[in-house]
Amino acid sequence: MRLSPSSWFKRSGEPGAVVAPFVGLLLLVTLFASVGNLLFTEGSVFHVSTYTITLLGKYLCYAMLALAVDVVWGYCGILSLGHAAFFALGGYGMGMYLMRQIGDRGVYGNPILPDFMVFLNWEQLPWYWFGFDHFGFALLMALLVPGLLAFVFGWLAFRSRVTGVYLSIMTQALTYALMLAFFRNEMGFGGNNGLTDFKDILGFDLQSDTTRVALFAITAFCLSLTLLASHAIMTSRFGKVIIALRDTESRSRFLGYRTERYKVWLFVYSAVVAALAGALYVPQIGIINPGEFAPLNSIEVVIWVAIGGRGTLVGAVLGALLVNYAKTRLTAIFPDAWLFALGALFVLVTLFLPKGLIGMAGQWRARRQSGQHQNQSVEGQS
Amino acid sequence: MIPITTLSRALRNCLLILCLGLSFVSADDERFQALALELTTVKLAQTQPVLEKIAETEHPVLLQLFQTMVEGDLYYHDETLELLSVERIDGEYVIKNLLSGEVLPIDRDITTKIRVNNRLRVWLRGAIAQIQLTADDASARLAAVRSLLERYDDDSIELLLSLRADEPNTKVRSAMDTVLAMNTAENSADTGARVASIERLSDSLEPDVRNLLVELSYETDAPVVAAEAQRALERIEGRVNFFGHVDTLFFGLSLGSVLLLASIGLAITFGVMGVINMAHGEMIMLGAYTTYVVQLLMPNHIDASLWVAIPAAFLVSGAFGVLIERGVIQFLHGRPLETLLATFGISLILQQLVRTIFSPLNRQVDTPSWMSGQFEINPVLFVTLNRFYIFVFALLVFAALVLVLSKTNLGLHVRAVSQNRQMAKAMGIRTARVDALTFGLGSGIAGIAGVALSQLTNVGPNLGQSYIIDSFMVVVFGGVGNLFGTLVAAFTLGIANKVFEPVTGAVLASILVLVFIILFIQKRPKGLFPQKGRAAE
Repeated sequence: MRLSPSSWFKRSGEPGAVVAPFVGLLLLVTLFASVGNLLFTEGSVFHVSTYTITLLGKYLCYAMLALAVDVVWGYCGILSLGHAAFFALGGYGMGMYLMRQIGDRGVYGNPILPDFMVFLNWEQLPWYWFGFDHFGFALLMALLVPGLLAFVFGWLAFRSRVTGVYLSIMTQALTYALMLAFFRNEMGFGGNNGLTDFKDILGFDLQSDTTRVALFAITAFCLSLTLLASHAIMTSRFGKVIIALRDTESRSRFLGYRTERYKVWLFVYSAVVAALAGALYVPQIGIINPGEFAPLNSIEVVIWVAIGGRGTLVGAVLGALLVNYAKTRLTAIFPDAWLFALGALFVLVTLFLPKGLIGMAGQWRARRQSGQHQNQSVEGQS
Repeated sequence: MIPITTLSRALRNCLLILCLGLSFVSADDERFQALALELTTVKLAQTQPVLEKIAETEHPVLLQLFQTMVEGDLYYHDETLELLSVERIDGEYVIKNLLSGEVLPIDRDITTKIRVNNRLRVWLRGAIAQIQLTADDASARLAAVRSLLERYDDDSIELLLSLRADEPNTKVRSAMDTVLAMNTAENSADTGARVASIERLSDSLEPDVRNLLVELSYETDAPVVAAEAQRALERIEGRVNFFGHVDTLFFGLSLGSVLLLASIGLAITFGVMGVINMAHGEMIMLGAYTTYVVQLLMPNHIDASLWVAIPAAFLVSGAFGVLIERGVIQFLHGRPLETLLATFGISLILQQLVRTIFSPLNRQVDTPSWMSGQFEINPVLFVTLNRFYIFVFALLVFAALVLVLSKTNLGLHVRAVSQNRQMAKAMGIRTARVDALTFGLGSGIAGIAGVALSQLTNVGPNLGQSYIIDSFMVVVFGGVGNLFGTLVAAFTLGIANKVFEPVTGAVLASILVLVFIILFIQKRPKGLFPQKGRAAE
């Protein structure tokens, strides 16, 4: 049996059906974890280590990135293999702020120039680094630049109706080109090593437990917010058009919708969410380097979404959390086995789980309901 | 070049031994032996007459004797008085019998150096030049003349003048003229002759000529000469620039042939079948590893290994291709994005498989001797043989593929299935079998590409990844489903890359090319040569 793609979205399209309880659960867990870390000492059953907090924060950033991919792939059919580019650009924006915050505490003690620039004998700060010592400006840029890139790229691509696989390969080429560019020392972003050795953010020490818990909580909060916002968008008129043009773009166009505009704005929204995830990721991980642009990273995100169930928002978040947890565990136990497992996941999920875990659960529930329905009708007859 | 010279030296030694063996009792040889003995006892001041007599014997080992001596490597055994060459190789002294070339396991303490002074060295160089310039082999003569470009003196010029008239080979004669003209331009007292020589030199591309002209252009004593030298330099610069562009073109064609090889298999699987195979790069990698394994199995026949590796790589990668098609891709028919993800998973598995079996480190694949070296078109333009062969090979593979698709039954079926699957099925074509074979063919060709790439780059688990994006770019740029588009696109992108490279650096050049393609696809989403008619969507 082959379901038409639209049938998997109807249920998740019910207003607030899954998203609201999920957000509640997420915030509750965040609260417990934060309290567990800050109030309970080591040895207590309720204690949550700072390592775990940082790990959870990282997972939540990935979940937000997965959400961004789900918004364009699941609802609009745009398979982006380059979302890591937006994520990394957001990360670099935040990294630049954190780099400037180091001040004269770097190895070379230069109050203006970051260490790598001193090392490369640069005389002064490049123009695009100005203003990044202000947090607000840095955050704005971290979101604006990826958004702008997504706008230009999307506008060019969607206007000329580049779709499907072509678009996927173009996005992959985009992130690949950016990776090559950021590897260059001349770019002024630290080249191969990227930006690291951060000290503090807004005056708070990045190594302290409180800052880490705060960052984690902020990430959870942002994730909840983007989940709710995405859900609101998808249930709005705008979202309905998006789903319509995913299913039959030409028909939507004939009905008078300027499909490329809808796609561009959705793509920009998605890129900004990815960039926000990147900006939250960097202070928690403590490093950003060009490796984040690697095409493999973008494709990994796609598989998180596929496992969770695309076009379900919550599924993307769950998929990201599950796969990353598995990755952490597996790479610790069998370092070599992870790529085998990831590869197998790609193959098995596409072959046997085309609608992801959420889709499978939905199918299972639908079957049970129809079974009950049959039973009732049998009883009614007798 | 080094392997060739060592090879020829080894050959020459063999010949020497043969000659010595055959003519052991000849009178000349006896005389040579006696003189060689005299060399070990004679005083430094009396050495030259002895050497002159030795030169008269025209013994085959003369050249080697003089060369060893001029380097200060000539010794003799304290007891047997035989002549030895003592060379320091990698910090160790290697002592050889000069006549037989045989390495002797003796200590340097029981040898004595035959001393040379500057006067002797000058004489020896002249003698060496004479021997080389009168060699029977034209290429040896040419090499000797060209070595004079760098340093000539009155004696060598005199020698050249005497030999010039009898020189049968035009190339050698022209090189001789260049040396003579250099000498005249530099040393002649007659300004008119100097100007004429400089004009003659402006045809030459030799770096030594250029150096001389630069020197002359600063000559203040003779402004006419300086001006003429300047003019000649400009002319030479112009030609060097031109050949520089030709060189860029060659490199572009070489890169283009690599791109063509890498993407040609994809042109089948993606272009003709419409299957997005992200594991295509890994098919290339498997081909490269097959080459490595073949060389491991036949370590003594490296020259022949590639001829075994090509069919082996085709079979290995082709078999994997058929397996992937039957195992995964056939179930995802008509779902391109899912196919993309599944094949990406396969590529991860294959990479990790290779990493587990062969280690994550790069493996060394040897280049057969017939592929190493280069040929010189002129002093500023070289073509390395491996790049040349790979260029030819890429075109051959391309031609073979076009023939298979247009002339064979399989090709007919492939085109039928790609144009209208249902109709082809109705006509009795077993589409499932055709799918598997086509995919196997595309993968097998990727494997062959791997054999070629193993000669150019490192063979490691990530080999394929570095080509996958480029390959897709080439196919998309050329127009999906159009083999000739792939050919044109590969060479266009290769040349474009190499044209940008000197201006922007290699990395920025590839970024620019990527950005260019991204923009190009916006303008013409179907590539350079879009499909027309019924085959188009």
